[in-house]
Amino acid sequence: MHLLVCGGTGCRASASDSITESLKERLQEHNLQDEVQVVMTGCFGFCEKGPIVKVLPDNTFYTEVSPEDTREIVEEHLVKGRQVDRLLYQAPEGGRVKDSKHMDFYKKQIRIALRNCGFIDPESIDEYIARDGYFALGTALNEMEPRQVIDQIKESGLRGRGGGGFPAGLKWEFASKNEADQKYVVCNADEGDPGAFMDRSILEGDPHAVLEAMAICGYATGADKGLIYIRAEYPLAIKRLKIAIEQAREYGMLGESIFDSPFNFDIQLRYGAGAFVCGEETALIHSMEGERGEPTFKPPFPAESGYLGKPTNVNNVETYANVPVIINKGADWFSQIGTEKSTGTKVFALAGKVNNVGLIEVPMGTTLREVIFEIGGGIKGGKKFKAVQTGGPSGGCLTEEHLDTPIDFDNLLAVGSMMGSGGMIVLDEDDCMVSVAKFFLEFTVEESCGKCAPCRVGNKRMYELLERITQGKAEKKDLQRLNNMCHVIADTSLCGLGQTAPSPVLSTMKNFWNEYVAHVEDQRCPAGSCKDLMRYEIIPENCVGCTACARKCPVGAITGERKQVHEIDQDKCIKCGACLEACKFDAVTIK
Amino acid sequence: MGKIKSLEDLKKKKQDLQKKVDLRERADQAEAYVQIKVGMATSGIASGAKEIYDFLVENLDKRNVEAVVTQAGDMGYSFAEPTIEVTKPGEEPVVFGYVTKEKADEIIEKYIKRGELVDGILPQNYRTIDEE
Ligand SMILES: Cc1cc2nc3c(=O)[nH]c(=O)nc-3n(C[C@H](O)[C@H](O)[C@H](O)COP(=O)(O)O)c2cc1C
Ligand code: SF4
Repeated sequence: MHLLVCGGTGCRASASDSITESLKERLQEHNLQDEVQVVMTGCFGFCEKGPIVKVLPDNTFYTEVSPEDTREIVEEHLVKGRQVDRLLYQAPEGGRVKDSKHMDFYKKQIRIALRNCGFIDPESIDEYIARDGYFALGTALNEMEPRQVIDQIKESGLRGRGGGGFPAGLKWEFASKNEADQKYVVCNADEGDPGAFMDRSILEGDPHAVLEAMAICGYATGADKGLIYIRAEYPLAIKRLKIAIEQAREYGMLGESIFDSPFNFDIQLRYGAGAFVCGEETALIHSMEGERGEPTFKPPFPAESGYLGKPTNVNNVETYANVPVIINKGADWFSQIGTEKSTGTKVFALAGKVNNVGLIEVPMGTTLREVIFEIGGGIKGGKKFKAVQTGGPSGGCLTEEHLDTPIDFDNLLAVGSMMGSGGMIVLDEDDCMVSVAKFFLEFTVEESCGKCAPCRVGNKRMYELLERITQGKAEKKDLQRLNNMCHVIADTSLCGLGQTAPSPVLSTMKNFWNEYVAHVEDQRCPAGSCKDLMRYEIIPENCVGCTACARKCPVGAITGERKQVHEIDQDKCIKCGACLEACKFDAVTIK
Repeated sequence: MGKIKSLEDLKKKKQDLQKKVDLRERADQAEAYVQIKVGMATSGIASGAKEIYDFLVENLDKRNVEAVVTQAGDMGYSFAEPTIEVTKPGEEPVVFGYVTKEKADEIIEKYIKRGELVDGILPQNYRTIDEE
């Protein structure tokens, strides 16, 4: 039997190391150490209920396991064969679920990029090889011309998973056609979107997949050096990459004359300081060159003049993770998954007000409804769905009417959002859409490199306008100004950061126009979330004049005689809500 | 460990390593393999279910039968312990009672490998484990 313990960053933070240790000790006590293998794997995706321990072969899925639970798991489950009921996953509706095969969270998922995450020990090249690891590289080097490799990737329809969705095969072709004495392959692991952890999880759970793909790309494009640009805040991913690179060199999967062919390839790590704009490919290259991490105008594209002025192929972590599978299983197999123009799968970090927060991988073309209500298990606390934000700071908010839209690059663009790198934040009735737009703009303002004025100044102004709206200080014509600014910034910014920064504003204005109007004309926040627009009021019919609220109010804003109806002075009120809590007669309301 | 020089090398290496993840791959696609559940409630253990479990795991492997053997709790046949439930891909589950090592051997050779019927099948008037 095997015990798989999740060793992703999320679960490790909550003790998966000590769970593993303690499981091993308990197994020794029962002399089961040879029969039961304990493996620390990458992320299972079900981060909401981590740490996870999965028992195989029966697929029992234990959630929120603590080191103290290991005795029971070993003594009950492994020795006596009885599941520990209290640790099984509790479905939002219905009872406990006995194994992962019966969990809605996993039913609609197809795992290609995450194929080995939560399945193998990422620190063991042997386990990777046991899962057909490095076969794609061997096949490419021994049986295919570089041209054929590029054709396979082109035919597969694989598009970049880092945000833009550019066809990967076409990009490789550009790099291969540009003649030079030196070329580079770069992996973009900068992952800066708020809340995103797709790339981190792949690197932590299956680092060899990315190394193998980069070597394949090197062979196809004619490069012998690879660089992985990774943010320094990902220590676990860095550690596992280093181990993987070491092992790959030992086995001759990196280095000289790989698979006894004339092909040489080696990979180095480069660390980013965590600026969002450094994820933009030209800024990333400058940062690796030791220059300031600022974007420059394209063309020239990196495929022409990239790192140190040499042809450079830049792809995202998840894009690379798909490559070995495409070579092994064929372009046809891959292109049958997904939709016609967006093939394969996409990994999303599902967050916000859904029951099952976590990392998921679904075929392109899956609808938002399936993701949110089936895999995600619906909205938390039985609240009403309001919107879903995709594409992070470059994307937009989609509503109820878009729920049946099949997710792919083009469909999301058509409805005013974008795929982005895979952030997906679910919002419910308590979320104010103006505030959501403001949140993303605050991020953009913070992360703008300041090189060009529309982005540096324009976004700041937009942010200020949004702030005024949420404070009820804006006028109707400000909405028109906001709209104009969106278009100017989008049209005149230098890089993608500035060009897409207005998207969260534009999409919320389009889909939730009434909410903007309510803030401006009635000084009212329909979701009841903008503090400045909240009014605590006393309902005269319910007030018995008990004085409880007046005594609790920290600023003395409530006046009234004993046994008389009380009143709140709106100028003094700081909206702390103390009166609402103090009142036993439901006489205080929020308006 | 030396370097891997060719696809042949890699294939050999993979074969040697396959065992490491075999069990995990089978669990992932359990439907495609012969699935055997061994009843291991207290009564099952007392009646020797653990030995049967070990016997099955060891012998299926030796005889190259690709199967997933799992432990199960009380299967509802406590009168006939040890019991095992065998599900061949695409077929209905069949439950055997009073399983001894000899019986287990017969089940592997006759029922699983050759598809012949074997004595000791319990009537399906009890729930199977999946219907709990
Ligand atoms: C502001 C900005 C930030 C970006 N951040 C990332 C990132 O964190 N990771 C990433 O892979 N691509 C990021 N990109 C996209 C890259 O510029 C580039 O298109 C991508 O790495 C190409 O890989 P792909 O084709 O495989 O997606 C960003 C782009 C912009 C404009
Ligand atoms: S658009 Fe913004 S982030 Fe991009 S170069 Fe201009 S100032 Fe810098």
